[in-house]
Amino acid sequence: MEILHFLALGFDTALSVNNLFYCLVGVFLGTAIGVLPGLGPVATIAMLLPATFSLPPISSLIMLAGIYYGAQYGGSTTAILVNLPGESSSVVTAIDGYQMARQGHAGKALATAALGSFFAGSVATVLLALFAPPLAELALKFGPAEYFSLMVLGLVASVVLAHGSLLRAIGMIILGLLLGIVGTDVNSGTPRYTFDLPQLADGINFVVVAMGMFGLGEIIANLEHEETRTVTVKKIQGLLPSKDDLKRIVAPVLRGTTLGSMLGILPGGGAMLSSFAAYSIEKKISKNSANFGKGAIEGVAAPESANNAGAQTSFIPMLTLGIPSNPVMALMIGAMIIQGIQPGPAVMTEQPALFWGIIASMWIGNFFLVVLNLPMIGLWVRMIMVPYHFLFPGILVFCSIGVFSLNNSEFDVFMMALFGLFGYICSKLEMEAAPMLLGFIIGPMMEEYLRRALLLSRSDPMVFLQRPISATMLILSALALAVVLLPSLRKKREEAFEE
Amino acid sequence: MPSFIRNPQDFWSGVIFLIFGLAAVIIGNDYAMGSAGRMGPAYFPTALGSLLALIGAVSLVRSFIRHGEPIGKFAIKNLLLVTAAVVLFGLLMRGAGLLIAIIVLVMLSGYASIKFKVLPFLAVAVGMAVFCILVFVIGLGLPMPILGSWFGL
Repeated sequence: MEILHFLALGFDTALSVNNLFYCLVGVFLGTAIGVLPGLGPVATIAMLLPATFSLPPISSLIMLAGIYYGAQYGGSTTAILVNLPGESSSVVTAIDGYQMARQGHAGKALATAALGSFFAGSVATVLLALFAPPLAELALKFGPAEYFSLMVLGLVASVVLAHGSLLRAIGMIILGLLLGIVGTDVNSGTPRYTFDLPQLADGINFVVVAMGMFGLGEIIANLEHEETRTVTVKKIQGLLPSKDDLKRIVAPVLRGTTLGSMLGILPGGGAMLSSFAAYSIEKKISKNSANFGKGAIEGVAAPESANNAGAQTSFIPMLTLGIPSNPVMALMIGAMIIQGIQPGPAVMTEQPALFWGIIASMWIGNFFLVVLNLPMIGLWVRMIMVPYHFLFPGILVFCSIGVFSLNNSEFDVFMMALFGLFGYICSKLEMEAAPMLLGFIIGPMMEEYLRRALLLSRSDPMVFLQRPISATMLILSALALAVVLLPSLRKKREEAFEE
Repeated sequence: MPSFIRNPQDFWSGVIFLIFGLAAVIIGNDYAMGSAGRMGPAYFPTALGSLLALIGAVSLVRSFIRHGEPIGKFAIKNLLLVTAAVVLFGLLMRGAGLLIAIIVLVMLSGYASIKFKVLPFLAVAVGMAVFCILVFVIGLGLPMPILGSWFGL
């Protein structure tokens, strides 16, 4: 089987001493930031990007991927122990996980979360290995028209699945696309929207945007509800679930994994949506549904498997099509471009070691997480106790140094401050930063594909509807928008998000 | 806030979109438009800018019709302190050097916290500075001055 051959190549790459080390660093850092509330994977990855530029591409991507799925593990630890979800994807885990901890079953809840995540992560890795190659093969046949329509579909789907005002989310996407265009136009050499500033000739750096909006903006917002947090953690005992517990979590883990894997692939999906959906479905169909909210082990198993599965399958569109499905994937694409790799279906055929190495590293990383995290729970507990008022100045220092070191220029630091300011205003107006970042990364590619598609068709816009794949994607986009705009369905969508 | 604005979030996000959209179109006027088949540098941004301005306008109109949540209070003090601290870091970097830039950044941004106390924060600031100098300048070899040009170094 060809796949086995490629997987062997992947494990060969991922098991090199260097890559194992960066995988370990990635999942360790990921868990740490998952534990620390107020610091998410987007800001962390943006912060660490400058440090990875000197690494070989494969090592840097392995590490960055580790941060993302490692954060899912860390986030659930704090959710269970102290009812503080470190990540948005573990908000629902806190509901039953914390109740379990209060009843003295913290160890069991943690183990359930870890085992569920490990199982889901392993399944998602296999799915990635199975589905990525045919998808990439299909994508190799795409022309510029198909790519343009695919990007439209990706962006539309990302707002349909987002919560909050649809109009504002679309506005943010377009704003992101526009900001992505700033800089010298590749075709004509005209500097666009640079205000004659030489620092803008190469465009705005995506690290600056991500750190400003997700790092600074969130810090300013967090400072508003700075609470007096006194964290007390009971001694944790009884890590291993009993046979009876294992029996109870099998079905929820399977359901969570299935749902998470599917939602992760969708643009705009990923870990958070998966965990929310898995929890609400599990609550409806579980035999034990009466106990939900009062410490049901199923209420931990399902969302925890789902968020990890979702985190990993969201790599599928990124690796095969070069389309980001969430802000973390957008940063990964940015990282690839900086490393000189053009994201897209060609990555798999031209750089098989990179592609399969990342996939294999995910399984290894998940294994690390289970083996390391349960014994290291004491360290994470101590990290939870780091008070936010000492934490955030440190985050600011790392962000500032990271941004300065991009081009050794204070201009980027000022730009980050500007985006921080803008990010804060956006959070007050409930304008979401995530769609803007997606648009920002996709902007230049989208323009290029539009340009090429219309050049090839001799300026006939019908080309997007005459090519079947392209037309299908545009029709799907239109349907998705129509579905959200229909008043009756809109109400249901709002209800679904409120749950 | 005038009473005819029923949805301030819609209103202000509409204003922001409208400004950015119009700016993109107006500034884009200076670049060559080209045609659909041979797009000039102005083509795509002008299209996007018009769309954004349209969305802004719709949002504005909607803000007079549909009720919505009021905007939460702006924490002006925190906002200014944090952004000013970051900007100062950039300004001090070359002149004063990394050591002082970090201490200023930590102290000024830390002042935004309700738990600010001079001594513990000073300890954190100095600790951060030493750590960063060891890791970034000495360890990773980033070209940043520990003490800047103002010290005649």
